[in-house]
Parts: sequence; structure tokens; C-alpha cells
Amino acid sequence: MLTIANRTFQSRLLLGTGKYPSFEIQKEAVTQSETEILTFAVRRMNIFEESQPNFLEQLDLNKYTLLPNTAGAKTAEEAVRIAKLAKASGLCDMIKVEVIGDQRTLLPDPVETLKASEMLLEEGFIVLPYTSDDVVLAKRLEDLGVHAVMPGASPIGSGKGIINPLNLSFIIEQSKVPVIVDAGIGSPKDVAYAMELGADGVLLNTAVSGAKDPIKMAQAVKYALEAGRLGYEAGRMEEKDYAVASSPTTGMVGS
Amino acid sequence: MNFQLNGKQVELPEVVDSVEKLLTHYHLQSRIAVVEVNKEIVRKEEYETKKLSNGDVVEIIHFVGGG
Repeated sequence: MLTIANRTFQSRLLLGTGKYPSFEIQKEAVTQSETEILTFAVRRMNIFEESQPNFLEQLDLNKYTLLPNTAGAKTAEEAVRIAKLAKASGLCDMIKVEVIGDQRTLLPDPVETLKASEMLLEEGFIVLPYTSDDVVLAKRLEDLGVHAVMPGASPIGSGKGIINPLNLSFIIEQSKVPVIVDAGIGSPKDVAYAMELGADGVLLNTAVSGAKDPIKMAQAVKYALEAGRLGYEAGRMEEKDYAVASSPTTGMVGS
Repeated sequence: MNFQLNGKQVELPEVVDSVEKLLTHYHLQSRIAVVEVNKEIVRKEEYETKKLSNGDVVEIIHFVGGG
């Protein structure tokens, strides 16, 4: 079970809703993933063109918790404006703080992320900042009172997986709030790795929506997440440099 | 009525003078949307009473797919 603020979730997977090949595939992928938290972006409605189907409007909103993001914001003030718009829908009070500081790498701006998180906490939001894998920054965010920290595994949409497991494990070790590995996850292997490191959850989007078969991949990441979590709870064996025989070294045949 | 609506200049009939009427004009009454007038969010309870005037900057926002 994953607990964020006062909410508990059976699934530790947070799923993004961008860039699926079709609504039908997306719906089935979401169902198969068994996620309970879906992320969305906040944008102008395209009112001057023929009405496009909207995924959110087709969802059973009793089954899912919405986690809107502040993507598009470059400053804390812009992030707060987006967060308030999202909350005004009356559908959510959780916000993924995403303040991008560099357009090529889409890495978060640490200063503005910290500032936005502080402002949003004052406004009473449940705050989940997307942050770099900086250990001290994660601590500073936690000290502010954020409800989870979400360090990136590697750049958004890159699918490069976990490039700094040591930093992630430091963040996980020090953190008293849930740590959700967000961004850069490319495959089930990365999901299992994050969970084995002790992450409380994983947020991914393109790993599923960009797979050749998103529905099958949604199942794969669900199983990887469960396997990784079980492995973490079980406690892995000690790693050694040289071989240690698994079979008895006495009573060899022919000796 | 002249508004700046979602970044575009639009000219609408004079009767479109409230948020409620604006949403009806674009057939958006049943959509999940949030309205901002001159950078202030309009609460749903205020849609009928919130009057619009010439030159208002209006944003109609919704949720789209994102990670």
C-alpha cells in the first residue's frame, strides 16, 4: 500500500496519460496497469475547432485520483497559477510540481521547484514535486513539508532508466515521506530496479504509451513493480566478489 | 462583445455577457473546464452572475493527457 498525505492506494504505480496511440488502447492500458493515480496536464481548451474527445471526461472519476502537473511552468508563480486552475475543477487537490529549467533536457529548476512547493503548501495543496536526483534538494523539499518527493531517474521521456541509483538510494534512505521515482523509466527492468532500491512508487508515462504494445507493457510494468517491491521487502542476498558453490563441496562422486 | 479568448481576439453577440452564456455559446456547459477572467478564477457558482465586459481576457482551461 502506498500512502500519500492521508490517502492510501493499493497500487504503487502512477501512470501518465500522454501520447497514447488511441483512446481505446489507453483505456485498456490504464485498466491493465491497475493504477489508481493518473497524471494530467492543464491546457487551454481548443474551443475554435471541432470538439475533440477528452480522455478525462470518459473516465470513471470515482476509481481514480487525479494528479495534475504544472508542466509548461518555468517559474514558481506560473506553477502556482496552473495548480490553482487545476484545483478549481473541483476534481483534485494533489499537484505534481513540475517547473522546467532547461528546455533541451527538461530538467527541473531546483530553485523555482522549491519556491513553488512552499507556496503551494501554504495554499493547502497536497504537494508532490518532480525534482532532480539531488539528495540535498530532496531533503530541503521534505523539510518544507511536501507529501512525497519525486526524483527523476533520467530526463523526461528519454527511457534511459536509472542513471544514478546511488543518489536515489540516498534519497530513499533519508526520506520520511514517500519517494516516487518519476521520469526516464524505459522498461519493466527499470521499474523493478527502482522498487528494489526501496522506492515507494514509480511514475511513468512513455514507457507504456510509447511501447509497441502499450496494453501488454502496462501489465509488464505492473508485474515488475510488484516483483521489485517483494524483492525489496524480502531483502536481497549479500553480494560477493568470488564464487560460492551452491552445491555441497563434500561427498563428491568419484573422490 | 470583444474578448481575448484563449489567446485569440473574438467578437461575439452582445447577449454573451456572462461566463455562463459564453460557455453555452461554445457548447461547453457539460465539459470539465475551468474559467479564468482577467487572471482570476471564476468559481462554478459564479458562472451566471459573473458579467463579462469588452476587452476582458478569458481563458477556458481543461485537462489533457500528460505525464
